[in-house]
Amino acid sequence: MSENNNYTFVIKPKRTLWEIDLKEIWRYRDLLFLLVKRDFISVYKQTILGPVWFFIQPLLITITFTIIFGQVAKISTGGAPEILFYLTGITFWNYFSSCLTSTSNTFVSNASVFGKVYFPRLIVPLSVIISNLMKLGIQLLLLLMVWVYYIINSDAVHPQIELLLMPFYLLVFALMGLGFGLIFSALTTKYRDLTFLIAFGVQLLMYASAVIFPASVVPADKQWILFLNPLVSLMEAIKYSFLGQGIFSWFYLAYSTIFTAIILVIGVLVFNKVEKGFIDTV
Amino acid sequence: MGNIVIKAENISKQYRLGTIGTKTLANDFKRWLYTMQGKEDPFLKIGDTNDRSQKGSSEYVWALKDINFDIEQGEVIGIIGKNGAGKSTLLKILSRVTAPTTGQITVNGRMASLLEVGTGFHPELSGRENVFLNGAIMGMTKTEIRKKFDEIVDFSGVERYIDTPVKRYSSGMYVRLAFAVAAHLEPEILIVDEVLAVGDAEFQKKCLGKMKDVSGQGRTVLFVSHNMGAIQSLCSRSIYLKHGTIQQTGETDKIINYYLSHELKTEDELNLKVNKDIPACVTQVRLLNGEDQKTKAYLSGETLRFAFNIDCQAQGNYQLGIGIASALDVNIFSEVSELMELNNGTFEIDYQNIQVKLAPGNYALTFNLLYNGKSIQYCEKVINFEVLEINRMGETYSLSKGAGFLITQGKFTIN
Repeated sequence: MSENNNYTFVIKPKRTLWEIDLKEIWRYRDLLFLLVKRDFISVYKQTILGPVWFFIQPLLITITFTIIFGQVAKISTGGAPEILFYLTGITFWNYFSSCLTSTSNTFVSNASVFGKVYFPRLIVPLSVIISNLMKLGIQLLLLLMVWVYYIINSDAVHPQIELLLMPFYLLVFALMGLGFGLIFSALTTKYRDLTFLIAFGVQLLMYASAVIFPASVVPADKQWILFLNPLVSLMEAIKYSFLGQGIFSWFYLAYSTIFTAIILVIGVLVFNKVEKGFIDTV
Repeated sequence: MGNIVIKAENISKQYRLGTIGTKTLANDFKRWLYTMQGKEDPFLKIGDTNDRSQKGSSEYVWALKDINFDIEQGEVIGIIGKNGAGKSTLLKILSRVTAPTTGQITVNGRMASLLEVGTGFHPELSGRENVFLNGAIMGMTKTEIRKKFDEIVDFSGVERYIDTPVKRYSSGMYVRLAFAVAAHLEPEILIVDEVLAVGDAEFQKKCLGKMKDVSGQGRTVLFVSHNMGAIQSLCSRSIYLKHGTIQQTGETDKIINYYLSHELKTEDELNLKVNKDIPACVTQVRLLNGEDQKTKAYLSGETLRFAFNIDCQAQGNYQLGIGIASALDVNIFSEVSELMELNNGTFEIDYQNIQVKLAPGNYALTFNLLYNGKSIQYCEKVINFEVLEINRMGETYSLSKGAGFLITQGKFTIN
């Protein structure tokens, strides 16, 4: 047999748990970027406003939250301007939740393609994470504009040096969304019930993730319960960095990072195991 | 011996029948318990064969069982079998869309599979964007696609529309573009499903032509089809699958003959229901031999005789057309009767042909009933029959000799 090339492979029933072909994923990197491009272009084709919708969504939600939670329910924002406070929370929360929900139906929504052609399946959730990152990039522009406005016109906003850690916050957010998304995507191939669970579970999770209230409203001795949610330390750190309002804790950030790493590893392993046979059960 | 590029060892694939529903969790748990204890998977013991028409005792079924084969570089292999014989499952496993339950396949070379053209085409994207996306899904890199882009567009013939979203394409343009991408893949091993052969005749020709090109370049092709003609013209060797096992492997001609004699049901009579919606209809067709008896097989050179019973409800001018095609889907001849004026009632029309001398093989009869020049009952390849040859020992056999479907007696003279 010719010992030649990289293309020799063996088709086997089951993969060992740790067998992840990173080289193969690298070989398909062009597909990754084309999928990102597809997601990005196709969403707003034939809309008049196009990418402006990326701005409109968070803006409208922010206004709604400001009226309901700020004016009607009078939930404290810890002294930060309400609009900026909600907009910050929503922008980053949206990133996490869209990473999670769109990766979680990877298998089900791509079944027709996966049923016809082989490529490393991990490419699809990765492309979702990246195209969402680009969407976030656009939304960050909006956030920055509002932020700068408040820095100039109000003395309630105090940016912190921890803002430099922004790439780190984003990475952890992205990987956590990916990790959970992968786990759910693997499970939904068999148990379709989970799609419903995720849909409202994510909504509920928002209320437990310090998006619309600062962690400081929780009594100090009970805060650790809130911080068990790994999203809280990130959300708080981001708000602290932007606004100077919030609890910045290295300890809880480390906790969230380790949590994310574990979830991601589990996610990749489960995904990897399911990808070979899912087409028979989906 | 050449290089073995695909080596399949003991491939089996099990499927679960029925819906995947409430019992799944329980079964999953049981399975998990057994494997944890190091026992054999309780659901893998069943030995049911995969036969659609029989009701099996178990919920689980083997779509493929113990498949072994070697394919050498440059071979063009046909995979034949009835619907449900496991052809598609085998293709899916080979294209890595699904994994086998047991066994393994070693593949040596860059492989591409065409189970469908235009996989991943997005309706909102332009033709250009879709070419890149589809190419990448099939495993090409961006640079490879860019290099071949002009060729692809040229081949597809949709140059004018290349920057229009494909949702605005006619279905023909869509398929042409999709196939153009597929045709420019340059894998060492190509796996092709027969679904490729849908589309108009020109397109089918293009597909088959392209496959011939590919195989001419020393690449390996696996081709699955019901079209025996295509298999015969393309493939040197064939694998015959039946109920999920390999029935035979060998030279294509032999395999096809074996397949036809085992899978085709030859008949001497066809009965059809009376259809009151049309002015007249054929209710029965019989194949008759020289002694006026029904037959499933003719001897080569024997007069072909078909008797049609017609139930007529409206007076008018009728014509009856018949056609004979080989089992390899090649039309051999057809003819239409003169106008016949029929009144209400039942009639028998007898067709005889003493001129045509069919070569030994399998054939199928098509007929068409016309009323005032319009076709009212068209039945394609409804009866299969065999043509046998008598050898010197007086035994009949059906293996075809020589090429073609007709036996002629032209005269060769030296001048």
